[in-house]
Amino acid sequence: MSDVITTTVIVATIASGIRLATPFLLASLGEAIGQRSGVLNLGVDGVMLLGAFASYYVVLETESIWLGVMTGILTGLLMGLFYAIITVPLRAEQGVSGIGIYLFGLGMSDLLFQKLVGTPLPIDQFSEWHVPLLSDIPVVGEMFFQHTPMVYIAFLLVPIIAFIINRTTFGLSIRAVGESPESADSLGVSVPKVRFATIMAGNALAGLAGAALAIELGIFQQNLTNAMGFIAIALVYFGAWRAPGVMAGSLVFGMVGAIVLQAKTLGLIPRSASDIAAMAPAVITILALIIVANRFRQPAALTKPYVRGD
Amino acid sequence: MRSYLIAASIAIASVAAALAVGAIMLLALGANPIDGYKTMFTAAFGSADGLASTAVKAIPLMLVGVGICIAFRANVINIGGEGQMVVGGLLATSVALALPNAPAVVLLPLILCAGIIGGAFWGSIPGALKAHYNVSEILSTIMLNIVAVQLMNFLLRGPLIDPGEIERGTRIPQTARLPEAADLPMLSETLNLHSGILIAIAAAIGAWVLLWRTGLGFRLRSVGLNPAAARYAGIPVKRNIIIAMTLSGAMSGLAGAILVFGSESHRMVTDGSTMGFTGSAGFNGIVVALFGALHPLWTIPSSFLFGGMLVGANSLQRVAQVPSALIIALNGLIVVFVVSTEWHRKRLQNQVQTQASQKNENEQSASDHGNAKS
Amino acid sequence: MNTKYIKQLGISAVMAMSVGFASSSHAEGMKVAIIAPSASNDLAFTQSIVDAVNVLKDEYKLEIAITDGTFVVDDAAAAIRAYAKQGYDVVIAHGSQYGGSLKEIAPDFPETAFTWGTSADTFGLPNVSSYEAKSNEGGYVMGVMAGAMTKSNVIGVVGPIEVGDAKLYVDGFVDGVEASNADAKVNVNYIGSFGDVALSAEAGKAHIANGADVMTGTAQMVVGAVGAARSENVAWFGTQANQTKLGKKIVVASQVYKWEVVLRTIFDDAKAGKLGGEMHEITLANGGLVMEFNDDYSLDADAKAAGEAAVAGIIAGDIKLGE
Repeated sequence: MSDVITTTVIVATIASGIRLATPFLLASLGEAIGQRSGVLNLGVDGVMLLGAFASYYVVLETESIWLGVMTGILTGLLMGLFYAIITVPLRAEQGVSGIGIYLFGLGMSDLLFQKLVGTPLPIDQFSEWHVPLLSDIPVVGEMFFQHTPMVYIAFLLVPIIAFIINRTTFGLSIRAVGESPESADSLGVSVPKVRFATIMAGNALAGLAGAALAIELGIFQQNLTNAMGFIAIALVYFGAWRAPGVMAGSLVFGMVGAIVLQAKTLGLIPRSASDIAAMAPAVITILALIIVANRFRQPAALTKPYVRGD
Repeated sequence: MRSYLIAASIAIASVAAALAVGAIMLLALGANPIDGYKTMFTAAFGSADGLASTAVKAIPLMLVGVGICIAFRANVINIGGEGQMVVGGLLATSVALALPNAPAVVLLPLILCAGIIGGAFWGSIPGALKAHYNVSEILSTIMLNIVAVQLMNFLLRGPLIDPGEIERGTRIPQTARLPEAADLPMLSETLNLHSGILIAIAAAIGAWVLLWRTGLGFRLRSVGLNPAAARYAGIPVKRNIIIAMTLSGAMSGLAGAILVFGSESHRMVTDGSTMGFTGSAGFNGIVVALFGALHPLWTIPSSFLFGGMLVGANSLQRVAQVPSALIIALNGLIVVFVVSTEWHRKRLQNQVQTQASQKNENEQSASDHGNAKS
Repeated sequence: MNTKYIKQLGISAVMAMSVGFASSSHAEGMKVAIIAPSASNDLAFTQSIVDAVNVLKDEYKLEIAITDGTFVVDDAAAAIRAYAKQGYDVVIAHGSQYGGSLKEIAPDFPETAFTWGTSADTFGLPNVSSYEAKSNEGGYVMGVMAGAMTKSNVIGVVGPIEVGDAKLYVDGFVDGVEASNADAKVNVNYIGSFGDVALSAEAGKAHIANGADVMTGTAQMVVGAVGAARSENVAWFGTQANQTKLGKKIVVASQVYKWEVVLRTIFDDAKAGKLGGEMHEITLANGGLVMEFNDDYSLDADAKAAGEAAVAGIIAGDIKLGE
């Protein structure tokens, strides 16, 4: 065994797990922000798909990766605005309107792709950015500091979002709105404003996740995300609505996936059992949550539209 | 009566608005929207043939939708319909393969029960995880969907594969033709309509009776409306959460079995994804249930509406070569437009009801329960 | 439906144009319907049949209808039935998962010619024919070249699920590598999905991390693995359609399916009133399988020679491939 599992293999597997975790992390962070303010969005996958297509198309036409990334974010913002209008002033049922958004994104991204592009053509991909000094550390440098920029952005967002939610007035408003919109309102916090902000920010992150995926892969095709957005929602529950928890969930899911892939590549898993092995990320994510025993409770006002004075 | 008219007209207006957006999209694609919609409507509801296709499409939507009603009433969100359908289908298929010579009177009830048990088992897992380990059912059902699809791929390319596929070397991941005794009886050979639709309607009525005419139903709804109060009243909350998920899974599992034994091929086959088997019914069933105001009986027309939309979409693609992606996007818009007006619809409805001070008990309870979720 | 629509087949495909014309006006032509699981322009399985029918369009005066993206097996069954009802002369069910349904539907429409693939089973029905690609032949040829090209002696394969055409191709490829380079190790990774592009990309990267310098793969999600090969500059062999567009610098060659070879026979038979019963296959020998090289890739002359020798050997019957 030990002659197969070399340092190189371990380093490659961990780096691979981090890459696999990145789109989940971006989308989960976005979903977590929305849910902290009491809004569930089941449409993440649709927004990811639209963000992925928009960024893919812009990169294909302009050859500018960063313009593509910006387009992905912008697409997310627009979808966020749409979703916010539906769920805040119009008070639509969040579970089912999210599914509507998902179906819209799934169909629309495919339709636009067929109309505007047709045959899948490759686009420029992110190139790796080696963090000065840190990337030179043996083993560790290769695992953590030789990635594409989107990986760093995703993981840097974890402390930033945690800080905003836990240490700023705005974060306090978000939590208040998610726990008790009535008291937040009585303290002068505008529930609709906060929710518009969190929904749009959350969707922007979903759009960014889509952009990250399309540009990392250098391609788009029908249903590119393959239901990643739903896994991202699941990981919010894993992470108990907290940024570090969401990161842990994304890493567990990504890392187990990477280990299984690596083991298959090395022939450590017989081919007859390859489907069984592919279950591992899902099963281990559930088991991990049982063992960690999640004692956190969901935001009290989650999925509840706020009606002033009712 | 007036309240229902207002509610209905707002619902129709929102569907019309979505269709108007769809018409613009069709124009952009160079297709005539009026012809397009006519094609869809005719294909789905315009003939006996079309209605039969719509009914067949409605079966899994209805069953999953009824299951969703039960779960949502107990305040449990079941996004695991896809996986539960797969496991129900797999267990029913295994039973049929194990009993190739059993007569129909034995085999038919057995396979339906197997579907129910398979789905119930797969649904009970997230129920138990939520009740005992506080694992969110949203997380566990999404993850168990992933497990189910891999289980299906493993079984269909391994233990359950048609031996002929190995002999020929083609290795298509499918079972052999299942015993004919297990074919769901046909209501009409010419229309290709099988009896699954009767089973689904019976299940919807059964669920209604369960929820509103039994003690168990009362307990499930109490847990959903106010768990704290239910606990105070001595209702075991945890056990009822597990029961709700199990029943919900059972309905999806039954849908999976009916999909297999009512299919054209009369065998279970995989393209490697759950959608290839379920047609996303485990998912669309949620929309169907919410459209039916989480009421099992309203789920029946709701599933016909969505089933018709799917049939119409397929026909539009076939006849006018409009990409099915357009219809998926359009379905999404319809869902969004309708739910966006729902709250206002209910408010208007309530106002009218209060004005007329007609306190029809059934009406009242129906609208109360509709409000409970939103 | 009284109004008939014909498909405007252009590069962008899938666009619709409604042209009403009487159903009698295509007396000498044929009406052909295709039901296929993925997008018409997927650079893979579905595109291969759409391209082939288009090649024959003028020659046979075809009126073509396509229902693509039909991964739901029951929807495909409904489409097969509907096309037969509408009086299409030939209905092509392009997906091995559709066979079970076809077996039940075909007897209801004895006047319609059904063909399906990839498979080698006509169910003993007189109006069903089947077609199959001997994809292990091209797989073998490319395996031989890969074996000759590799410097690291590690070759990576990314597959979906070990079934059907994917398994046939991969097994042929592995045999080819073994035949040309006994020292080379082929790592085969079936990722468990036809649709997960991200996972396929990571599988490609895992191969590269393990030293692979030549890769191949099959099914729709391989675009991910090709992307990994592109960013790490690793040679790639494509199959089902010409994949050069996915990586001009790295795609060495593609095994391309020319279904028109068998479709010609099927259409001629249908015209002559013979609606089925035959099992067809495309092979290197009958020109249905073609190795298309990427001119932009500077392939080692020895490797190319080895590949060409393998093609010749398979055609001449000197190289026998296991089933």
